[in-house]
Amino acid sequence: MLYFLINSAEAAWLPVAATDLAKEVDQLIYFLLEISVLASILVIGGFVYFSIRFRRKSEADRPPAITHHYLLEFLWSFIPFVIFMFVFGWGWLVYDKMRDHPKDALEIHVYGQMWNWDFVYKNGRKSSRVLTVPVDKPVKLIMSSRDVIHSFFIPSFRIKQDVLPGSYTALSFTARKKGKFPVFCAEFCGAGHSSMLATVHVMGLREWEEWLVKDPYKGMSVSQIGESVFQKTCTACHTATQEKRIGPGLAGLFGAKREFKEGGSLVVDENYIRESILNPSARVVKGYGNMMTPFAGLLQEEEMTGLIEYIKSLKVEQKVEQKDK
Amino acid sequence: MSVNYLNEKKGLTSWLFTLDHKRIGILYMITVFTFFLVGGVFALLMRLELFGAGETFIPASVYNQFMTFHGAIMVFMVIIPGIPAFLGNFFLPLQIGAKDVAFPRVNLLSWYCLIVGSIVALCSLFFNGVDTGWTFYTPYSIRTDNGTLWVVLGAFIMGFSSILTGLNFIVTIHTLRAKGMGFFQMPLFVWSLYSTAIIQVLATPVLAITLLLLSAERIMGIGIFDPKLGGDPVLFQHFFWFYSHPAVYIMILPAMGVISELITTFSRKTIFGYKAIAFSSVGIAAVSFFVWGHHMFVSGQSEWVGILFSFLTMLVGVPTAIKVFNWVATMYKGSIKFDTPMLYANGFLFLFVIGGVTGIMLATLAFDVHVHDTYFVVAHFHYVMVGGTLMAITGGLYYWLPKMFGRMYNELWGRISFFLIFVGFNVTFFPQFILGFMGMPRRYHDYVPAYEPLNQLSTFGSWMIGLGFVIVFFVVLHALFKGEKADSNPWGAVTLEWQTDSPPPHENFHKTPVVGKNPYEYS
Repeated sequence: MLYFLINSAEAAWLPVAATDLAKEVDQLIYFLLEISVLASILVIGGFVYFSIRFRRKSEADRPPAITHHYLLEFLWSFIPFVIFMFVFGWGWLVYDKMRDHPKDALEIHVYGQMWNWDFVYKNGRKSSRVLTVPVDKPVKLIMSSRDVIHSFFIPSFRIKQDVLPGSYTALSFTARKKGKFPVFCAEFCGAGHSSMLATVHVMGLREWEEWLVKDPYKGMSVSQIGESVFQKTCTACHTATQEKRIGPGLAGLFGAKREFKEGGSLVVDENYIRESILNPSARVVKGYGNMMTPFAGLLQEEEMTGLIEYIKSLKVEQKVEQKDK
Repeated sequence: MSVNYLNEKKGLTSWLFTLDHKRIGILYMITVFTFFLVGGVFALLMRLELFGAGETFIPASVYNQFMTFHGAIMVFMVIIPGIPAFLGNFFLPLQIGAKDVAFPRVNLLSWYCLIVGSIVALCSLFFNGVDTGWTFYTPYSIRTDNGTLWVVLGAFIMGFSSILTGLNFIVTIHTLRAKGMGFFQMPLFVWSLYSTAIIQVLATPVLAITLLLLSAERIMGIGIFDPKLGGDPVLFQHFFWFYSHPAVYIMILPAMGVISELITTFSRKTIFGYKAIAFSSVGIAAVSFFVWGHHMFVSGQSEWVGILFSFLTMLVGVPTAIKVFNWVATMYKGSIKFDTPMLYANGFLFLFVIGGVTGIMLATLAFDVHVHDTYFVVAHFHYVMVGGTLMAITGGLYYWLPKMFGRMYNELWGRISFFLIFVGFNVTFFPQFILGFMGMPRRYHDYVPAYEPLNQLSTFGSWMIGLGFVIVFFVVLHALFKGEKADSNPWGAVTLEWQTDSPPPHENFHKTPVVGKNPYEYS
C-alpha cells in the first residue's frame, strides 16, 4: 500500500528509457555487457577447458615449467588497457552530457526530508511526492535536503544525484515520454528510506500549465484538505488507523492521554498536535524515537488547520481508551 | 603423536597467553569463524525479510540494524582479519622458514585488540543498536539516537589490530627470511601479505582519525561534518573511503595470494609470471590509495574529480586482469587435480571474473550513475568479497587443514559443500545484478512488487549458501576429531611449510631450512 504512487516499475529488465540521454546510457550499458560477457566466456571457458584437458592422469605426471611469455603477457596487459580506456572515454562523454544544465531550463526546487520529497515551482505552487513536468522541455531540478543526505533517483531517466543538507546539487533532463515514472531515494536515510518514494508525472505542456495554476484545495472541506496533506506528507511514517509504523498510528489520538519519553503526560488537544508537527522533538511519545523532521515553515496555515481537523476526525472503531491509561 | 605446537602445552591459559604465531593463528580462526556465523545469521534474516514485498516479519528499524551489523561484522571482524591474521599468521613464518613473527608479543596484542574492539562494538546492542550501515555516513550518523558511538569506538580499536599485524608482517618479511631466500624466492602468498600489510599500516590510521572526528562531532559538536554547524557531510565520505577503498584490497589481495598457492599446487606446475603477479600486488596496493572517489560519482563532487577517479580506477583493472590471466596460464599443460581446495580456487576464478568485469562497468561514469547505490553494487561487491575472499579463505582452510591439525578432511563432503556454496552463491547474487538494472536501490527494507520474484530467488540461494557452510563446519569438526592422519605433505606442494611435520613443532622446523631456488619448482 506504500506504493500507490508507483505504477510503472514493472519492466523485468532496464526500465523504459524516457529521455534521449537514457537511450545513450543504454547503448553504453549494452556495449559493456556484451564485452564483459565475451571476456568472461574467454577466461572462464579457458580455465574450464584447461581443467578438463589437463587433468592429472597419473601421479607420475611431470608438467613443463613455463615461467613466462613476454609477448603474451604484453598482449594481455595492453589489450585490456585499451578496452578500459575506451569505455572510460565513452562513460565520460555521456556523463558530461548528464552534467550539462541547459540555460533555458525550467527550474524546479526539490527538497528531500525524512522521508518525503517536496517540489516548489517558480509561481509558488507546491507539491509533495509528485513532480509534475512538461514533456519535451528541459527541466533543471535544484535540490537540497532539510536533514540528512538523500539521493534523487529516476530509473527511467537513468540519472541520480545525492541531495545534501547545507548545499545545492542539480539534476537536468528533458522527458520525451508522457506518463508516470517512479523516483526512489537511493542514499540510506533511516527507517523510512525504502518508503521515500515519488513519481515524475510527465504531461503535455498545455496540461502542465493548467496544473501549475490550479488551486489544489479548491472546493475541499477543511478536513479534506487535511486528508490530502496527510496522504502526501505523513504516510511514510504514520497511518490513519492505529497501526504503528515509524511513528504512532493517528486514529483515536485526539482526546487520548499520551505519556512522554522525558516523563509527564497530557491529553491530546489541538495545541499538542500543532506543536508535534511544527517542533516534534519538544515532546516525544514513549516508545518512539525522536525521528520526525520539524515542519515549521513548511505548511500553510490552512494546511495545518486541515491536518488537525483530519486527525480529530480519525476515530477508532471500538473504544480503546482503557488501553491508554 | 610427536610433540607439536598443539600438544606441547595444555590448558586455557597456555592458549590465551601464547606467543606462538601458530596458536595465535588458531585463536584468530576461532574468532573469525564465530563472527562469520553471527554475520551470516544476520544476512539470512535480512534475506528472509526480503522474501516478499511489504513487511514480512521485522520492521524497517530492526532490518536496518541487521543490515548494519551484517556489514560491520563481515567487514571489520571477518574479511579484514580473515586471511592475513588467521592464515597469514599461521603460514607466513612457515613459508619463509622462520621460527615465528618478528614481534610475538605484539602479535598477541593485536588479537586482543580485535577481541576488545569486537566486544565494545557489540555493546551497542544494549544501547538500541546501530542503524547507519557500516559506512556511518554523516549527518545521519550524527543524528540517529542510538549506539553508533560504541560501534565507531569498536572499529577504532579493531583498527589497531590491523595496524599491528601489518607492521609485524612487514618487519618479519624483511628480517626473518630463511637463508638463501631473496624477495623473489618468496612464495606469492607472502608477497600478497606484504602488499596488504603496507595498506594496513598506511590506510588504517586514516580510518582511526575519521572515526575519532565522528565521535567528537557527536559528543562535542565540533562542526566538521554537521551542516547545521557549518560542517561538510561529504567530507566524511572522502575520509571514510580514503581508508575503506584501500581496505577492499586488504580484503582481496591476500585472497589472491592464497589462490596463487592453490593453483600451482594442484596443477603441480610452477606459477606463470611470478614477477608479474608479485609486482601487480604491489601495483594494486599503490593505486588503491587514489581511487576512493569512485564511491562518490553522484555525491556532488565536481565533474573533473569524478573523471579522474574513473580513469584511475580503470588502471587498477590492468594488474588485476594480469593476475587472472597468469592463473589461467598456470593451469595450461598442468597436471590438474580437483581436490576440494582446487574446486574453491576455480570457484574463485569464476566468481572473481564476474566481480571484476562488473567492477570495470561500475568504474565507467555514465554506467555508474544509473546503478550506483542499487542492488547491482551489492551483487558486485559480494562477487568480489564472498566469491573472491571467502572462497579463498575456505579453500585455504581445506588446503592447510592437514598442516594445521595433522588430519585430513572428508573429500566427498568437502566437494558437496563446495557445490552448494558455489551454486547457492550464484542463485543469491546473480539476480541482484538484474534487480540493480531494474533500479532497486540497496538498503531497502521494502520494495515495489515488480522486484519480488528475483528477491525470492535470491532468498532461496541464501539458504543454499547457509546449508553449504553448515556442512563445511561439520566437515572441519569431523576432520579435527575423527579425520585420517595426514602426512607432512599430502598435496605434493613445494613451499617450505610442507617440509616440516603436520602439525608443525613449536618453533616450526627441526632444522632451519635453506633455500636456493624459485619457490614453485616441481621436478
